Amino acid sequence: MAIVTLTINDEHLSGNDSDSILEIARQHKIHIPTLCHLDGLSEVGACRLCLVEVEGSSKLVSACATKPVEGMVIRTTTERLQRHRRTIIELLASEGNHQCAVCVVNEHCELQNLAYEVGLQYVRVPYLYPRKELDASHKDFIIDRNRCILCTRCVRVCHEVEGAHVWDIAHRGIHCEIVTGLDDPWGASEACTACGKCVLVCPVGALIEKGTTVAEMEKKRDFLKYIVTARQKREWIDIHEEG
Amino acid sequence: MKPRVATVWLGGCSGCHMSFLDMDERLIELADKIELVYSPIADVKEFPQNVDVTLVEGAVTNVENEAFAHRIRQNSRCVISFGDCATTGNVTAMRNRFSTDEIMHRAYVELADGDPTIPSDFVTIAKLRDQARPLHEFIKVDVFLHGCPPTADEIWFTINELLQGRMPVLPNAYLRYG
Ligand code: SF4
Ligand code: SF4
Ligand code: SF4
Ligand code: FES
Repeated sequence: MAIVTLTINDEHLSGNDSDSILEIARQHKIHIPTLCHLDGLSEVGACRLCLVEVEGSSKLVSACATKPVEGMVIRTTTERLQRHRRTIIELLASEGNHQCAVCVVNEHCELQNLAYEVGLQYVRVPYLYPRKELDASHKDFIIDRNRCILCTRCVRVCHEVEGAHVWDIAHRGIHCEIVTGLDDPWGASEACTACGKCVLVCPVGALIEKGTTVAEMEKKRDFLKYIVTARQKREWIDIHEEG
Repeated sequence: MKPRVATVWLGGCSGCHMSFLDMDERLIELADKIELVYSPIADVKEFPQNVDVTLVEGAVTNVENEAFAHRIRQNSRCVISFGDCATTGNVTAMRNRFSTDEIMHRAYVELADGDPTIPSDFVTIAKLRDQARPLHEFIKVDVFLHGCPPTADEIWFTINELLQGRMPVLPNAYLRYG
């Protein structure tokens, strides 16, 4: 680990070269919008909302999945970036079926909040209204693929934190879908421990608890921080070994 | 001359119009300032010429809505998408996953009291389009009012801006889906 100095939006800063550009920006209270990133999970750089400009390069990089280099000059709010961010939200909105008025997470939704942040007055691309399925076979939870934005947070939390690896992405391109096991009903999954972590990390109304109704579900994501910290400190393992 | 205002109800539930009526006593003030030339709450048969502002509730869900949308655009200086169904398709578009045959069967046979008949002359009811879609996919829209329904305050703000000759730039606080 070494300290690097860099510039973000004309501000001279320093940070650890093992942290991502996103982490360093946040340490200095510079806001960069994110969606697939979640503290405590690995980075996939999938949603591209956190794209930033790096001087001297025409390529945009994702702040969550890029490490800083000494002397980097970064911009996070240029017109070009704002244009791209709005387009990303428009594509996400048009590729699913979002009816906020009847959605369980209405008013507590990360996609909604981002739509407000980018000032999304309307969607310029044609809505696809795809035919997506809902699976309510699990005893406690529902997956409604109409709302899924394919951030893969559920895949990662189930594999990396719960260790059950219930979720995967099936198919390709526009047909990608989150599936349980080998595309079996969730309720038939023997791997699922019904821990509910996937439901809590899902940024939208795709993974929800049974029995919640419109605008009722607010997801608390603090648990992840504690688990990850405890793991880093080897707290559980040590207790186990001593016992 | 007072600004000529129209309100139209396409494929929606009338909730946006209810919100319009929720402006309560402000409606009296409004009645002095505008001339309501066409509306589901006024008895006018034909959509008139030379309209200043038209608020359009609902998605474009049948062939009549589609033709109407073009007439509205031709005859109006400013067209407003009034609420989430007009802006995104919203609840009206939830039927898009079914074929129109399935929907007609559901509504006129499965849920029918008495003698189930699927209307086929398209005189009493208009023919459904394959999909319900937002207004701006058919005509140019000048202003978007969000929410299901938009609040009375938001409607009041928008109309007032227009009455004062300004194109309303809605503050971010009003940008709200659902
Ligand atoms: S997931 Fe979010 S954006 Fe989608 S319908 Fe629900 S509240 Fe709206
Ligand atoms: S409930 Fe837990 S074990 Fe089951 S799929 Fe979700 S994260 Fe995995
Ligand atoms: S179900 Fe939720 S967490 Fe999983 S990929 Fe879809 S949006 Fe992301
Ligand atoms: S948050 Fe960085 S790519 Fe999604």
